[in-house]
Amino acid sequence: MTSTLELKADKMLKVQFVGDDDVLNHILDREGGPKIKKERAQLLVNTQKIIKKPENELEEDDQEVLKDHNYVEVLGQDVQESLKNGSATDGGNKVYPFQNRKHPEKMAKLASELAKTPRKSVSLNMKNDPKITIDIPQCSKGHSSSDKSQLKNNDKSEFLSTAPRGLRKRLIVPRSHSDSESEYSASNSEDDEGVAQEYEEDTNEDILSQKIQAQNREVSAPVFRETPSKKMKREKTSHLVEKYFEAHSSSKVLTSDRTLQKLKRAKLDQQTLHNLLSKVSPSFSAELKQLNQQHEQLFHKWMLQLHLGFNIVLYGLGSKRDLLERFRTTMLQDCIHIVINGFFPGISVKSVLNSVTEVLDHVGTFRSVLDQLEWITNKFKEDSSLELFLLIHNLDSQMLRGDKSQQIIGQLSSLRNIYLIASIDHLNAPLMWDHAKQSLYNWLWYETTTYSHYTEETSYENSLLVKQSGSLPLSSLIHVLRSLTPNARGIFRLLIKYQLDNQDNPSYTGLCFQDFYQQCREAFLVNSDLTLRAQLTEFRDHKLIRTKKGTDGVEYLLIPVDNGILTDFLENEEEEL
Amino acid sequence: MATSSVSKGCFVFKPNFKKRKISVPIEDYFNKGKNASEDSKLRFETYQLIWQQMKSETERLQEELNKNLFDSLVEFLQTSHSGLWKNSKDWSCEIKLREIPTAALVLGVNVTDHDLTLRSLTEVLQNNVTPYVVSLQAKDCPDMKHFLQKLVSQLMDCKVDVQSKEKESVQVIQKNVHYSMDSLSAWYMSVTQKTDPKMPRKKRTSSSQWQSPPVVLILKDMESFTTKVLQDFIIISSQHLHEFPLILIFGIATSPVVIHRLLPHAVSSLLCIELFQSLSCKEHLTTVLDKLLLTTQFPFKLSEKVLQILTNIFLYHDFSIQNFIKGLQLSLLEHFYSQPLSVLCCNLPEAKRRIRFLSANQCENIRRLPSFRRYVEKQSSEKQVALLTSDKFLKEETQSLLENLHVYHKNYFLVLRCLHQFTSSLPKYPLGRQIRELYCMCLEKNIWDSEEYASVLQLLRLLAKDELMAMLQNCFKLFQSSSGKELGNTAKKIEEFLAQFQSLDAETKEEEDTSQSQSKGLQKTDLYHLQKSLLEMKELRSTSKRQTKFEVLREQVVSFVDSLVREYLLPPDTQPLHETLYFSSAHTLRQHLNAAPRIALHTALNNPYYYLKNEALRSEEGCIPNVAPDICIAYKLHLECSRLINLVDWSEAFATVVTAAEKMDANSVTSEERNEIIHLQCSVY
Repeated sequence: MTSTLELKADKMLKVQFVGDDDVLNHILDREGGPKIKKERAQLLVNTQKIIKKPENELEEDDQEVLKDHNYVEVLGQDVQESLKNGSATDGGNKVYPFQNRKHPEKMAKLASELAKTPRKSVSLNMKNDPKITIDIPQCSKGHSSSDKSQLKNNDKSEFLSTAPRGLRKRLIVPRSHSDSESEYSASNSEDDEGVAQEYEEDTNEDILSQKIQAQNREVSAPVFRETPSKKMKREKTSHLVEKYFEAHSSSKVLTSDRTLQKLKRAKLDQQTLHNLLSKVSPSFSAELKQLNQQHEQLFHKWMLQLHLGFNIVLYGLGSKRDLLERFRTTMLQDCIHIVINGFFPGISVKSVLNSVTEVLDHVGTFRSVLDQLEWITNKFKEDSSLELFLLIHNLDSQMLRGDKSQQIIGQLSSLRNIYLIASIDHLNAPLMWDHAKQSLYNWLWYETTTYSHYTEETSYENSLLVKQSGSLPLSSLIHVLRSLTPNARGIFRLLIKYQLDNQDNPSYTGLCFQDFYQQCREAFLVNSDLTLRAQLTEFRDHKLIRTKKGTDGVEYLLIPVDNGILTDFLENEEEEL
Repeated sequence: MATSSVSKGCFVFKPNFKKRKISVPIEDYFNKGKNASEDSKLRFETYQLIWQQMKSETERLQEELNKNLFDSLVEFLQTSHSGLWKNSKDWSCEIKLREIPTAALVLGVNVTDHDLTLRSLTEVLQNNVTPYVVSLQAKDCPDMKHFLQKLVSQLMDCKVDVQSKEKESVQVIQKNVHYSMDSLSAWYMSVTQKTDPKMPRKKRTSSSQWQSPPVVLILKDMESFTTKVLQDFIIISSQHLHEFPLILIFGIATSPVVIHRLLPHAVSSLLCIELFQSLSCKEHLTTVLDKLLLTTQFPFKLSEKVLQILTNIFLYHDFSIQNFIKGLQLSLLEHFYSQPLSVLCCNLPEAKRRIRFLSANQCENIRRLPSFRRYVEKQSSEKQVALLTSDKFLKEETQSLLENLHVYHKNYFLVLRCLHQFTSSLPKYPLGRQIRELYCMCLEKNIWDSEEYASVLQLLRLLAKDELMAMLQNCFKLFQSSSGKELGNTAKKIEEFLAQFQSLDAETKEEEDTSQSQSKGLQKTDLYHLQKSLLEMKELRSTSKRQTKFEVLREQVVSFVDSLVREYLLPPDTQPLHETLYFSSAHTLRQHLNAAPRIALHTALNNPYYYLKNEALRSEEGCIPNVAPDICIAYKLHLECSRLINLVDWSEAFATVVTAAEKMDANSVTSEERNEIIHLQCSVY
């Protein structure tokens, strides 16, 4: 997809950055002013040399890789055709990016920046630091996947300006790499602004250079060969490798320490959320409608192609369930068809096959899935008038993506009078199918981007942000406890209090049974070990407590209910009293 | 509309039986899709006709290509088995007896095609060698038990096919057979003894020469079998070989070395392996292309880009002929589906007949064809008017144009092959080694404008005589076999060239003589004269070099070829009405065959304007306006994080963006973003 021209531009770019990157490396790894300056000067000379070189040398290279690119180009051309304004086309490196180590502030910054960019300008409480305000446009350029040629122009000036500043800063406040990292893990609350600035500087450079590196990853190999000093090359590659491992295998991935609990806003429950959502009118409804109409025009074509032995798979952003549902209601009313919700948590191939046999009016059971498949195959081969449409929503779902399931569904779909139309959502869904399976499926791909919400598909999932059916445990808690004796209630309250007292203790495993007994005795709630045990059994039956054997063999008691609910419960109780 | 439920995931819809009977014929889908389309029924019929023809042609080709391989395989099986039987009577060479005859069949990496090949192989074997042919796949046989089970059940089935009247008894046995090699050989003995008296009645005439036919076991994908199973099976069956004549056929995708990698020496020494190589899939492709596209037999043609895509998918993705054919089918379908004038894509007499019945609408369609418009512009003004107003005149003109197009194709392919003869053996293959590469280049543009073509001509000018003559000879044969009207004199001309080359032999000898005599006369002179005469000689030589008869003739041949190319290898898009025969929408083909879901997702998230044509979404590349769909914003923000993301940060950042866009009430924003986050988690990860 990268045209050779772009390639060349890339290489030019690349060469430019070798120097700067190295400078950074040296600055970060070693300290000591004069040395840096010397190296830097050296490198600058190098870069100049290199810049002159590429033109002719690269051309040879291009010639050599041309054959390979030929293929890519041909395929790429069509993408370009399809995506006329194609942001996606200008390089696989954007679609398959190198995961960088990024910092949370970046996100906030990008957000404010995004909020700013369009027409409506909103004043945000940006820090009035000149450096940062300068940095923002820079990093936006680095991030916006703008034209490379443009980027190239910018970078020359940008880098000359940023790198020295970083250098100056470093010289003033000498800090090693590891130092800064550990600092990072601490927290990023707003009060240590200085540090944050430091980071901004740091990350900016880092990310910019990484970005470039990522962009040039593909072409980097030939470039290395051309760099005059071998040492540079070695460092370069090792640098790249380090970056990779830094991004992928660092033991602790750091996020900020803010948690949902600290949000002032109370959690909503499912119902309120639903109501609120229904009030929000979807934007761009006209365009979405148009998009959907485009897809609907394909229905007849789909039917035709299904009948001619192809199977159809839909991909693209947005839920395709409604689309398939419309397809079903308009085209398939008079045919036998089976709808399979792949996103249903309890789905399995067995149930798919069962529903097929249900269609065929089979009574009885099968010894194995393979037997069943064989029976179905024979049945369909015998009776050519039999026709069956299979609609599978989310063929790539957790339950169906296994090798065996795919094999079986593929074999079903390869039957002449079974027509399969399926949708996939996962980014890597096509990896499910090897060549053999692909030839079984005989797919025709259709892109149906709908932008519609995955409401139905996600309805079986839970969200962290929605109050976890919060009202239910509370009411059931109250309900259960009301039916208990006052003593039992007292026992339970004791346990709650103990748990709430310990809620800040991360290593809290529960209340030890002996201690609990002691406390209960002191509160005159029980008089023997046995009565307490009887009470606990009752709690356990109602799933109010959980017992765990500790390492020392002692029983620990724990209430498996959210602390917030417990507090609510206690407040409730006190009100009643 | 009850396809969502908390308790089940499969929903069966079975309409009433009466309703079901009135199923819509497929043609209806063909025409309903495009309301304004013409002659859709006819088009669909033509599609089906051409596709059937193409399909049967490819099947025939496949058979033909495999014939050699199968013949040698059958021969091997017959000899090895008869040898085995002889040995078994003659107990002296017991070691030989232990060796299972094995054919290692290297099929290449195009796994998807193997099935078909092996299926036809089974058929061939069943007809020629033995009724007992069993093929096993690795995934059916995870262990020895399943292996034997499958083997036995398939063997019994084979038997059932032969003697259908014994079906029931066999099935009874099948239920309670204890699967072991002993029982298998016992079964084999009983079966062969049973069939022996009935032998004359059986149609197995070829196999009747042996007392017992061998059992052929085909392992379809040798590489994926577990080594343990294979080893055990081979060891056991080698013990039983004298009572159970087994012959193995390994289907190998990679290389024969794999046998030795899978099997230790102790085991592989029990096999008597002979190697068979199937035709490479590239050759296969060449034949298919040759017989389907580079011929006037089928009117349907592919444009350069489409062909490029199909061959690229073949060469870079799967090497699968099946897939290539599938692509061809799809392009055929697309062509007939999307181009109303494709109704004319049939053989010439039929097309002429159809032209007469074209509706006014279709005539308009013809007028709208870009190639036809270009053609009209070149005509005189009266003719232009007539073409644009009178349907009748238009139809006549179309008929003649179509005829021209057919003649053009006839000549085109001849000259293309001729040119291929000349270019295919040149050093470095400037125009490609395969005819498909040459064809692609010729389809794309005027081939004579390309640099490669210039270099070809240069190389041709350096050819030696015998090479050139061989090429000419081949071309001559090509032209002779075709007996076209227009190119008739070309054949004659080539013949003339050949004759001239032959007569050249004698002349060159004479010339050499004269030059030798000249050099003799040069001896007795002084220095000045010597220099002078040497200068003269030099001049003479340089002029004579240019004038060698052979060189002149060679030049003539080259220019002759050049003129042929320039006359006949015009790219098809210069021909009026080429749209009726050529399928050119490479983009759709690529989209449906070689889709890139990743790019689609990426574009949808990064550049919503591409899908939602709203001006508010238009932006420079890479940044997203804050009014974009929520999911795009959330995605953009998440890119700024490493592997783990802090939900609070994320949602706050999101809120910043969205509130900047619209002053919505805060609560709904957060709820929205929450929903969004859920969605993103499900869709992207």
